Amino acid sequence: MTLADHLPILPIAIPALAAPCALLVMRRRRGLAIGIAFASCLAMLAAGLALMALVSDGTIIAYAVGEWPAPFGIVLVADRLAAMMLVLAATLALIALLHAVLTRADRKGWHFHPLFQFQLMGLNGAFLTGDLFNLFVFFEVLLIASYGLMLHGQGRARLKAGVQYVVVNLVGSSVFLIALGLLYALTGTLNMADMGARVAAVPPEDQGLLRIAALLLVSVFALKAAVAPLHLWLARTYAVSTPAVAALFAILTKVGVYSLIRVVPQVFGDGAGAAAWVPAPYLLPAAMVSAVIGFAGVFAARSMAEQAAYAVIGSTGTLLIAVAGWTPDSLGAALYYLAHSTIAAAALFIVADAVARRRGSFGDRASPGPDFADRSGVGLLFMLAAIAATGLPPLSGFIGKLLILKSLTALPDWGWAWGVILGTTLIGVIGFARVGSAVFWKRADDAGLPPPAASRVDLAAPIIALALLAALSAGAGWASAYANAAAAQVLDPSLSARAVLTEPRP
Amino acid sequence: MSYEFLMASAIGVLVAGGIYLALRARTFQVVLGLTLISYAVNLFLFASGRLVVGSPPIWDKAVSEYTDPLPQALVLTAIVITFGMTAFVVILALRSFLETGSDHVDGDTVPCDTQDGMADGDSPP
Repeated sequence: MTLADHLPILPIAIPALAAPCALLVMRRRRGLAIGIAFASCLAMLAAGLALMALVSDGTIIAYAVGEWPAPFGIVLVADRLAAMMLVLAATLALIALLHAVLTRADRKGWHFHPLFQFQLMGLNGAFLTGDLFNLFVFFEVLLIASYGLMLHGQGRARLKAGVQYVVVNLVGSSVFLIALGLLYALTGTLNMADMGARVAAVPPEDQGLLRIAALLLVSVFALKAAVAPLHLWLARTYAVSTPAVAALFAILTKVGVYSLIRVVPQVFGDGAGAAAWVPAPYLLPAAMVSAVIGFAGVFAARSMAEQAAYAVIGSTGTLLIAVAGWTPDSLGAALYYLAHSTIAAAALFIVADAVARRRGSFGDRASPGPDFADRSGVGLLFMLAAIAATGLPPLSGFIGKLLILKSLTALPDWGWAWGVILGTTLIGVIGFARVGSAVFWKRADDAGLPPPAASRVDLAAPIIALALLAALSAGAGWASAYANAAAAQVLDPSLSARAVLTEPRP
Repeated sequence: MSYEFLMASAIGVLVAGGIYLALRARTFQVVLGLTLISYAVNLFLFASGRLVVGSPPIWDKAVSEYTDPLPQALVLTAIVITFGMTAFVVILALRSFLETGSDHVDGDTVPCDTQDGMADGDSPP
């Protein structure tokens, strides 16, 4: 076997090795730890891009860990969707890491870099695994790391929100395990491709159990994706997290969406009896409600970080409206919007941090404050991030929403979906305009002296994020073609079943 | 009473108690509730391989009846993970209590002994 054959395990192995190294050198040589962290993220990006190049012709790479043949051994599956998510995670990690290092947010605690790497290990593992129990394990890895990162910097607000975040996710993990136990009892396998084949053979008297298991599993993913009514944990947690961490967390809700997209067509597809397309009746209404709640939160937010957190809920809702169609077109549009909305949310969190660092005691509150340094420059960045988050031209959010709207016309209930998407966009625009005008145009008379000018290094990460969104919009033809191909591949479970369940190499 | 009934009712009682405690307002009770739920989940996972008494999980020439070894491996993983998580949540709840002066899950700043858990008729100090 050559190194290229081992490519699918690299996105998990690299951070797994980088994290302990960073932990060892963290106290004595912080510069080296930062170097390790960046090298690891760049290596992950390279591995992701290499995988993307390998799978872009439609091949599905199944990597049997330890050469144990699937369904008995653990298998990693790299297809177009997984490669796309790996590249997205590595890109976002580089942006968040750059911001953390430049603003010295990583110096507020001893374990920022190791936790960051473990977080990425969990994310990459969840994107690559072809086994439901390993999906649970990688969920736990990324959650444990996220608890640490969320509490990074500590303080009362973080600890308060942290307890709720941890408790909610522990309950989610228990429900996940119950669903896994039921599915294993019914099908006798945990490999997703194998389960997809065996689920059709579940006897009639067990169909009720199968449906319960499917609904439990889907509700866990909905909890991770922060779909209404399971969204309550998100806003407070993300708003109080260190901004660079919140930027990375922008992809955590997308892990829930990814798992839905991965598991539902493959396991609960047409042949699944009582569990066929089990989330279908609930997903569209829940997604519409979360879009409305998210953008209403954007409208009503009291601070810029809170607004960004609600924008995450709203964009996930918009995304799931498209996912709920389960057609190749709508899923392709959803995947394009997924990449866009992740980076856009990260940009919002980082810009909010840039404002908070310049306004002294006023922080990122949505109220007029002192005249601060680089006001027009930061204002411009905020405007661009808001344009991206709401989906106005010329950034990629516009193209994403346009693709979603176009793909929805083929579905029966498209009037409602159009109304929700367009209405929430308007509410979002007004909400961002309100905060932007209060922070960047108005001035409080009794604000006192402006705080000392900060250095401008913290503007680098938002500029890079917005440039990426511009690139996503310039390369929209290629990106949406890739997304459509990925969606078509995901919706045909026989493709991955064939790749995973073949005989091992001699 | 059969073994299955005993197992099923034990899981049911644990889950019911766990949910009740997890919905309480103070972190200690919530942690206990989560622990009960995780015990129930471990038993449930164990039972997902069907209950077989007195059979080995490993292949042997002499026996024809086996118990499914995979759920036992899964339970082991789940136990390790929930153990770590419980330890973490205990420390976190303690830190939160020391930092905010309240062990309420909502993190209200009202001192904990004027909240629930107080006997009826007691007056706040």
